[in-house]
Amino acid sequence: MTSPLQQKLKITGPTAITANRLSDGVVVWLTPSHGWSTDIADAAIATTSDVAMTLLSVANGDEIHAVGAYPARVVVVNGRAAPVNLRERIRVGGPTIAFEARA
Amino acid sequence: MYVHDEFDRAFLADRVADFRDQVARRLSGALTEEEFKPLRLMNGVYLQLHAYMLRICIPYGTLSSDQMRALGHVARRYDRGYGHFTTRQNIQFNWIRLDELPDAMADLAAAGLHGIQTSGNCIRNTTTDQWAGATPEEIEDPRLYAEIIRQWSTLHPEFTFLPRKFKIAITAAKHDRAAIRVHDIGLRLHRRDGETGFEVIVGGGLGRTPFIGKTIRDFLPKADLLSYLEAILRVYNSGGRRDNIYKARIKIQVHEVGTEEFSRRVEAEWAEIRDGALRLDDAAFAAIADRFQTPDFAPLADRPADLTDALADPAFARWHANAVAVHKAPGHAIVTLSLKPVGKPPGDATADQMDAIADLADRFAYGEIRVAHEQNLTFPHVRQKDLPELWRELDALGLATPNVGLISDIIACPGLDYCALANTRSIPLAQRLSERFADPARIADIGRMHINISGCINACGHHHVGHIGILGVEKKDQEFYQITLGGKANHKARLGELLGPAVGEDEVVEVVERIVDTYLALRAGPAESFIAVVQRLGVEPFKERAYAAG
Ligand code: SF4
Repeated sequence: MTSPLQQKLKITGPTAITANRLSDGVVVWLTPSHGWSTDIADAAIATTSDVAMTLLSVANGDEIHAVGAYPARVVVVNGRAAPVNLRERIRVGGPTIAFEARA
Repeated sequence: MYVHDEFDRAFLADRVADFRDQVARRLSGALTEEEFKPLRLMNGVYLQLHAYMLRICIPYGTLSSDQMRALGHVARRYDRGYGHFTTRQNIQFNWIRLDELPDAMADLAAAGLHGIQTSGNCIRNTTTDQWAGATPEEIEDPRLYAEIIRQWSTLHPEFTFLPRKFKIAITAAKHDRAAIRVHDIGLRLHRRDGETGFEVIVGGGLGRTPFIGKTIRDFLPKADLLSYLEAILRVYNSGGRRDNIYKARIKIQVHEVGTEEFSRRVEAEWAEIRDGALRLDDAAFAAIADRFQTPDFAPLADRPADLTDALADPAFARWHANAVAVHKAPGHAIVTLSLKPVGKPPGDATADQMDAIADLADRFAYGEIRVAHEQNLTFPHVRQKDLPELWRELDALGLATPNVGLISDIIACPGLDYCALANTRSIPLAQRLSERFADPARIADIGRMHINISGCINACGHHHVGHIGILGVEKKDQEFYQITLGGKANHKARLGELLGPAVGEDEVVEVVERIVDTYLALRAGPAESFIAVVQRLGVEPFKERAYAAG
């Protein structure tokens, strides 16, 4: 079986690598310095498949801080990443429902 | 209530200690995620969109008031102050930190609660009628058998790695409130020639490929319950498909080999084991029955003056007509607590509500609470004379919306607001529908109506068996919803029929309203329910009008 790290990755536009933080599951984004940020605006943006693949390999190599890394399409606004589809908008902004007990 | 023994308590404490160690090793990096994931799943811990989710098993939907308080404590201390009751009669917490999970589990274990077998390819929580032990319709309390199944299936070494998850439901009443025909195994207790036994139904299920279960045995003596279940599970475990996750449920095996051949295999396996160690004798039943504490119902008269006087208040009378059902003991009643207030997420309860419900259960309901698969709660045993006071308390807590079994009593899965597998959101749609159908008089006129919503084909919101079923599908990053009509989950279970093309997120409420208006125009009179009209006329008249303005 091909290891996920050797698999090809095709991207169709600007892409960032996202995951959940190990300790609490909070959504995180891989930064250009290969750390993790909770702010999508800090995300490293790949515009080629090779760069996206390299970033994903970095993310998957980090077993301590983040879980379940995957490439997510983003839009670039003033050089910063922003979520493009509903799933990522909800991951970034939280549930779309008001609930009075929510912190 | 079933009272756990020393073995259960020691086992849970050991399990928490194991999990604490596993979490510590994961956080230190000693365990990889690949190694850790199956361990957390075995304890009901999922990773969802924003956080870890902990699913807690509520055996056959029965909770003591102390257990409800423990859930309230976990919601407040470790979560964001609320929890979500599920169609499996369980509860999920959406925001628990991994590093706090062992403490949360320890607190739950102290109340006899845990997340074991709420995930993974094992036998899940056996569900039953939320009115068990209270309704005059039943021939016996099905929880006794659900408990026997719980003990047999918990950590069953042969059935820990089945081809896929496995769900059993049981009912003992003519009216099936446990949806037994859409389970991997459905059991219906009934009597034949003075003897109690089970009709055994297999291969029902929802999800990607829905099926109504098939009866493989009309009458199984109750002494043979476990040996027969074991035989079914063995036939499934050895012959179920492991090559394709979408074809791995028992329903596909039953469909592929045929009901007759499947039944023949089960009977052949059963012939080998039926007189073995799993045979249940009277002593075995008595030992389990002894651990069930049944309330000592005081001898009371029906319709006491406190109740009849209060019925002069229209608001109380409306709630009473909607949420109160007949109890087997005179002077008592079964009360449903609606977790479907207008505009709120279906099935959610806050920590404060959980605490208050526990207190009310102690005051008015012999300390016992049930979870219904429709995502409501039930007090199974309430004195009729206490109903007016209970109603006032529930109303103040937002738990007395008179919509039980009506159009705004919507089943909805967590959907894309929480769930990592979702295509679309479910909860906001349920909220908008309940706001559209908020008028109590109007929804009472519409009558019995179940809207079920799932955010993806996995069908946790049971959309196939909703009178109106709504399934979220995503097209080019937009939310669309497929609508089916005519499904039902009861003793005459059937799958809904597709109405037509999926409709956009902004149109669904209008389309549902047109379906309802069509029903009101076509019904022979208020006594003809929505489902009866769909069965009489099919979906065509609804299709014409539902899409008319589109
Ligand atoms: S039906 Fe789909 S979206 Fe809804 S809870 Fe189940 S898996 Fe998630």
